[in-house]
Amino acid sequence: MSRTHVTCVLNGDEIDFLCNDYQTLLSALRDELGMIGTKEGCGTGDCGACSVILDGQLVCSCLVFAPEVEGRRVETIEGLAEVDHLHPLQDSFLEGAAFQCGVCTPGFLMAAKALLDRNPSPTETEVRYGVAGNLCRCTGYDKIVRSILDAAARMSDPERQKEAT
Amino acid sequence: MKYRAPTSIDEAVELLSAHPGAEVFAGATDLIPQIQGGRPEPSLVVDLKRIPETVRLEAENGFWRVGAAIPAAVLTAHEGLTAAFPGLVEGAGLIGSDQIQGRATLGGNLCNASPAADSVPPLVALGAEAIIVGRGGERSAQVSEVVIGPSATSLDQSEFITEFRIPAPSRGSSDAYERFIPRTEMDIAVVGAAARIRVDGDGRCEEAAVVLAAVAPTVVEVSAASGILEGRVIPHYSGRDAFWDELGEAVVACCNPIDDKRGTAEYRRKVAQVLARRTVVTAARRARETL
Repeated sequence: MSRTHVTCVLNGDEIDFLCNDYQTLLSALRDELGMIGTKEGCGTGDCGACSVILDGQLVCSCLVFAPEVEGRRVETIEGLAEVDHLHPLQDSFLEGAAFQCGVCTPGFLMAAKALLDRNPSPTETEVRYGVAGNLCRCTGYDKIVRSILDAAARMSDPERQKEAT
Repeated sequence: MKYRAPTSIDEAVELLSAHPGAEVFAGATDLIPQIQGGRPEPSLVVDLKRIPETVRLEAENGFWRVGAAIPAAVLTAHEGLTAAFPGLVEGAGLIGSDQIQGRATLGGNLCNASPAADSVPPLVALGAEAIIVGRGGERSAQVSEVVIGPSATSLDQSEFITEFRIPAPSRGSSDAYERFIPRTEMDIAVVGAAARIRVDGDGRCEEAAVVLAAVAPTVVEVSAASGILEGRVIPHYSGRDAFWDELGEAVVACCNPIDDKRGTAEYRRKVAQVLARRTVVTAARRARETL
């Protein structure tokens, strides 16, 4: 069967790949492109482990057919850190011990990024709703929520931002 | 399974006519889990999102045209739509997580034909029409006529919905939607209720529509609601006025619920009455605020 050629912008770089039409974006990222930072949890859009940002919208990459991303912008966990330093969310997650096994972490970080892109100073309630589509079986969520709030504070405080860089 | 993303209605209809096993999709938030759950794959999936008519959102000549393939996240972020139809935006905004909101659409929520679809009761309450295209050309249908039972629609295999035409709210008119779930996010309605209310300059109800979800095989309109509420000044809280009991009886008369893990039939009848009152109160308050 002939495979489909897809061109998209992935973490800022124009790339192309071949896939089967029935493959999901999650499968294309992991199996065709070797980008295994995005995790597979449930495969049905319930757990959020495979969260990526597609044209500015947070989505479950397990619920996107790979050919759909033709000409579109995809952001994954691999694009979150800058060359020489982590994203403030990653710093906060590390300092706040916001993960244990780590499988849910890339999805939480992408959901948190999408939330802070839209709402730079969320309340705790807004954070909890913002990551309601992400399941974590280890932390009990509190450390994750606190780390996202900490990152938001860090990102809106120029002094702390300077410190980080 | 093959994937195609036509860029015009004609191209999409041609694909569907030529491939009897083809199926349309927009957000795929129901389609992919169903395939993962063992439902046979369609031979072809037709992505509707690149057809301009399905992603258009504009107000013109007394109507709002809302593309059937616009993701809920775009609808809830749209200030004009939110001001015009707060209840519809509430319904669309309750479908799944933020991740699902980035994909789920009004057209998909309707055509998945679940009795518990959150965006359908407000569409019905607003008197929205679905613009349907297919082999026979274009036709329109009331949203209430599209779903004929759980997982079944009146659309033929070559047909799909391009957009919804919703009458722009007149002065003194607004809507509301509420659903009940045992937690605050990530669940399917035990019961949902939408209301649209129009009030006159004195705040007296002139027109009312109440529509329920998850209490019957399809979304149901409480057709007696208008007669019960018209001429009443609807208070800020549903108190002891006798007409609330009348509304409750009319609501129960429309319910034909099932017992399942989300709730018993008896419980659904009770919750439906509570939610109907609440959404009527909210829609009436919003309607007064437009005066």
